[in-house]
Amino acid sequence: MRRTVFPHKLLPWLLLAPQLAITLIFFYWPAAQAFRQSMLREDAFGLKTTFVGLANFRKVLSDPNYLNSMRVTVVFSVLVAFFAMAIALFLAVQAEKIVRGKGFYRTLMIWPYAVAPAIAGMLWLFMFNPSFGTLAWPLRQLGISWNPLLDSTQAMGLVVAAATWKQISYNFLFFVAGLQAIPRSLLEAAAIDGASRRHTFWTITFPLLAPTSFFLLVVNTVYALFDTFGIIHAVTGGGPGKATETLVYKVYNDGFVNLIMGDSAAQSVILMIIVIALTAFQFRFIERRVHYG
Amino acid sequence: MAESAPLAARRSGRLIAHLWMVLGVIVVAFPVYYVFVASTHSLQTILRPPLPLLPGSEAVRNYSEAFSGGVSRIGGVSLWRLLANTTIVAMGIALGKIAISMASAYAIVFFRFPLRMACFWLIFITLMLPVEVRIQPTYKVMVDLGLINTYPGLILPLIASATATLLFRQFFMTIPDELLEAARVDGAGPWRFFKDILWPLSLTNVAAIFVIQFIYGWTQYLWPLLVTNSNEMNTIVIALKKMVSFADADTPWHLVMVTSVLAILPPILVVVLMQRWFVKGLVETEK
Repeated sequence: MRRTVFPHKLLPWLLLAPQLAITLIFFYWPAAQAFRQSMLREDAFGLKTTFVGLANFRKVLSDPNYLNSMRVTVVFSVLVAFFAMAIALFLAVQAEKIVRGKGFYRTLMIWPYAVAPAIAGMLWLFMFNPSFGTLAWPLRQLGISWNPLLDSTQAMGLVVAAATWKQISYNFLFFVAGLQAIPRSLLEAAAIDGASRRHTFWTITFPLLAPTSFFLLVVNTVYALFDTFGIIHAVTGGGPGKATETLVYKVYNDGFVNLIMGDSAAQSVILMIIVIALTAFQFRFIERRVHYG
Repeated sequence: MAESAPLAARRSGRLIAHLWMVLGVIVVAFPVYYVFVASTHSLQTILRPPLPLLPGSEAVRNYSEAFSGGVSRIGGVSLWRLLANTTIVAMGIALGKIAISMASAYAIVFFRFPLRMACFWLIFITLMLPVEVRIQPTYKVMVDLGLINTYPGLILPLIASATATLLFRQFFMTIPDELLEAARVDGAGPWRFFKDILWPLSLTNVAAIFVIQFIYGWTQYLWPLLVTNSNEMNTIVIALKKMVSFADADTPWHLVMVTSVLAILPPILVVVLMQRWFVKGLVETEK
């Protein structure tokens, strides 16, 4: 606790004013509106609005399209989080072994972090475009009927690849930092005892990386849930069919394309609850259970 | 770097590690490199796969065509305007966030006033909810305030988040009491203390947040898509999406590629050139 402070009474409020104003206008007010609207329903002409309680939530949660987009979101998030973390961890471990040239590799590894998700999607679609994509060409030569715009598995594969690609840099930086924080003495002791490198990795390095990994798991999940909207919008538009329609994409689609306000608001509220649960999970569970032992 | 004998990988192990890193870097950097390659070839070459792996000879023609009206013909707005819009939005978000969050963190750490912690929590909770989950009502607020198709409309909702405030608060709390005491004994007021002592000490953090927020602002997609409907106010990412229609045979791909390169290059330059602060800030602050 700080003992010395400035005695002013008005000044701190002036300093806080801009952030409080922006937070209230662009955060609390819309969030409250989302809650209110999620319990209202407009008639077909938008003339009359009635209070319907939790009916919108019941409707949304029993809608097969919504359940489908939930399933899509889970599949998408698990695949992206897993591949982005596994590849980044593997490369970080390789980078740790290298004595000279680390900085050079890192400089090239962080590029994708700066690429907008929508552009990442367009780059991958450009490379794998069924009609003139350079990397689609060998696929066709191999006899694979490649068309991610029509085949739902291929579409999912393409958006997962683009989303994973973009997130590798971020995870790589954190794993490198995590690896450097592991006490050298532990690894030296293992080496002197004659443990193989593989054995050392799985019994010492990997468990000690747990805090980094759990932190990244939450960040990657949040990333897959929200930041990938651009990728999906640019590559598949949620299609083919609804094969790549994630929860955020559906909120956008129902609220701005199909203009079903009550449903869209109810979906926003569900999303907010998911994010709050994830954040609470991160703060409560992870901070306590996982630590350098 | 003090590498001790049992830890240093064997020569062969290091070589394999290098090979893996080269492979990793190729996969990671290739799409960016490839779009640059594509931007230097003619439309005919691009449409006839496979595209060469080395830059072609059309670079000057493609880029000058894109800047001198080629992009305006497709997107209805010049490339210059798109770059200016995106720069304004990215700088506005980065600088705006730094300004308001430094001010509020300063108030919370260096002053005592009623409801101080309530204010802190009010801001802290926003950490959890990205703009994506409340797009529809936020959009309505923008309409009511007449902020559609304006720079404030593109910038303000995206600076309403707590990350930077938390970081500055954390950092300010590490400033020793003695420093503030000494400053006050010397008669320094809040402004003087901030300008002469706190600001110089915060520069590394400011640089890190600047990079992170600049990237965040430059790469925004969903929000600019919603609050701009005139081409004149598009950011480059949105304009690019509008230019691309994969079903359309008439898309001038060489110009799309030039636009892509220009949309990717500025943030990559910022990250690479400010790498030291960026990496430090990212890894130390988000944890």
